[in-house]
Amino acid sequence: MTWLAWIRKNLFATPLDAVVTLICFWALWRIVPPIVEWSLIDATWVGEGRDACRADGACWVFVRARFGQFIYGFYPEELRWRVDAAALLLAAAVAPLMWPGMAAKGWWALGTFLLYPPICLVLLVGGVLDLPVVETRLWGGLMLTTFMAVFGGLVAVPLAIALALGRQASLPTIRVVSITFIEFWRGVPIITVIFLASVLLPLILPAGVSVDKLVRALVGLALVVSAYMAEVIRGGLQAVPKGQYEAAAALGLGYWQSTGMIVLPQALRMVIPGLVNEFIALFKNTTLVLIVSLFDLLGIVHAALADPKWVGLTAEAYTFAGVVFWLICFSLSRYSLRLERTLNVGQR
Amino acid sequence: MRRNLLAALAAGLMLAGTVAVAGTLDDVKKRGNLECGVHLGLPGFSYADDKGVWTGIDVDLCRAVAAAIFGDATKVKYTPTSVQQRWAVLTSGQVDMLSRNSTITFSRDASLGIDFVGINFYEGQTFVVRKKANVKLVKDLDGATVCVAAGSTEEKNAGDYFRERNMKVTIVTFAKNDDAIASYDSERCDAYTAGIGALAGQRQKLKVPADHVILTETVSNDPQGPVVRHGDAQWADLVRWVLNGMIAAEHLGITSKNIDEMKAKSQSAEVRRILGVEGDFGPMVGVGKDWLYNAIKQVGNYGESYERTVGMGSNLKLERGMNQLWTKGGILFTSPFQ
Repeated sequence: MTWLAWIRKNLFATPLDAVVTLICFWALWRIVPPIVEWSLIDATWVGEGRDACRADGACWVFVRARFGQFIYGFYPEELRWRVDAAALLLAAAVAPLMWPGMAAKGWWALGTFLLYPPICLVLLVGGVLDLPVVETRLWGGLMLTTFMAVFGGLVAVPLAIALALGRQASLPTIRVVSITFIEFWRGVPIITVIFLASVLLPLILPAGVSVDKLVRALVGLALVVSAYMAEVIRGGLQAVPKGQYEAAAALGLGYWQSTGMIVLPQALRMVIPGLVNEFIALFKNTTLVLIVSLFDLLGIVHAALADPKWVGLTAEAYTFAGVVFWLICFSLSRYSLRLERTLNVGQR
Repeated sequence: MRRNLLAALAAGLMLAGTVAVAGTLDDVKKRGNLECGVHLGLPGFSYADDKGVWTGIDVDLCRAVAAAIFGDATKVKYTPTSVQQRWAVLTSGQVDMLSRNSTITFSRDASLGIDFVGINFYEGQTFVVRKKANVKLVKDLDGATVCVAAGSTEEKNAGDYFRERNMKVTIVTFAKNDDAIASYDSERCDAYTAGIGALAGQRQKLKVPADHVILTETVSNDPQGPVVRHGDAQWADLVRWVLNGMIAAEHLGITSKNIDEMKAKSQSAEVRRILGVEGDFGPMVGVGKDWLYNAIKQVGNYGESYERTVGMGSNLKLERGMNQLWTKGGILFTSPFQ
């Protein structure tokens, strides 16, 4: 009878509680069964083409037929192992960092930070070691989204730390430059930055000089995100108690030593939720690159709907994209929660 | 002296600028592929199929131009362009041509530094109605209700059209196109209005597409065609005459199937000139003699391309309508190869 008691205590304690509970259950009952019915029970999972699909359920045949494109974009099929390899390598590099008992974590992280980007670029772009070149225009889908997020983050985080420190610097020039930079990029809508980077830059650059469209969009995105992250990190820097700075100074530590060993570690630890928040925002903002015709996951799902074979399967397409985005963002936020818990051990 | 130097420098820069604009064909040949700007995804006009191959009536034009230059229709790299960036992508030289359902208008042609070089699709606003309603012409819609997205050009066009003709048509507006279509599908309205090309794709969103018919009469005229940068006449000529060649081929009965036979046996002077048996028409626009032979052999004539991409050979089942040859009731016209 304990569960009955639990229900009475938690769901029907007062008349108001009872009403709210009933309304919620009613809403759930109205919403959940139709979704389950459409997406699972009445859905068509296997078959050839659209004719195999039942009219009243979801047509997952479409997602299956396009799955390769949704993940890899137009990356040549016989070279997709390179994308897989880059992804596996990333997982292999990051996994030990999540292992609580891992020794020399700092060195491992530094190694990953320095070595992974070039290896990843070689794998994806090619052109050396007998790997055929794959132009970035063929990139797309989840691969492009992840690439933009990871490399955007790699550019943005160090830049953000530098900006946050610069904003607090005693040297006026550095301070003014940092503040101007942050306030400028924070004040411009991301979509404008991406658009200008893609359309205006080629008009300004001298003829013959061309910067890859993906790089242009990526740099634009990273600059805006770094400005946001810098403000998050500044919050952390300001939250470090003044005594810590003074203690470091009293020990005779210089600026770089006290910043690197005393202040920054504490500041970054405090702003992990904020940074992860920014990273999730970055991950989702990659969808904006559609405006410059880069097919990120959402873009390529949207483009697939232009195939007369699949026109009208809007619900399936966006459900798929939504679920993938949610899974990734949710995992990121769970990871940040765990990170917070393990890192805060000393403060409890 | 110094002024002279500056003037010479300026002249040199201007010359360099002109050369950069003028040499599109040379650039394309040197690069080894055509750079073609297409739509991000418009059913029947430009989309990537399950294998990632770009397909559609607009894409076919890129392929035909590539075939005319290289003898190989696959030597095209596509740059999908959003509606906001399409002109900038062309004028900044990221693509050699746009084939992207762009309506030819005066202000675009006059002020954007671009040139429209032909019409490959006569687009116009029309209506989709239920087959059982037995509506054949726009005037049969008197007394009907029409669903349309609020604030769209279509709403304004339709409103003006019916008002000018004193027709009693109720226009019901919705926030989004998809809502308007859904309402039409649930019989809230007798008709839904949009451009022919867009309707072809949107009809597929209805529960039973085959129960609906798209009127061939239109209430607006939006001719669409390929676009090149202003100032490179040779390149414009080439693109224009590849398109003309595809249309002429249909008129003269040249298809991808019978082209070899036509080349060997045809006595028609125009057919022989198009296929490079007589005259030097290809070299006059900077490409080989068999330019149109390759284009038609690999891509097909205009009719073949139309039927395969948006017409009866595709899922869209769009009638030829205005995009039929002038000899067969349409307004598709071409100039003679003389």
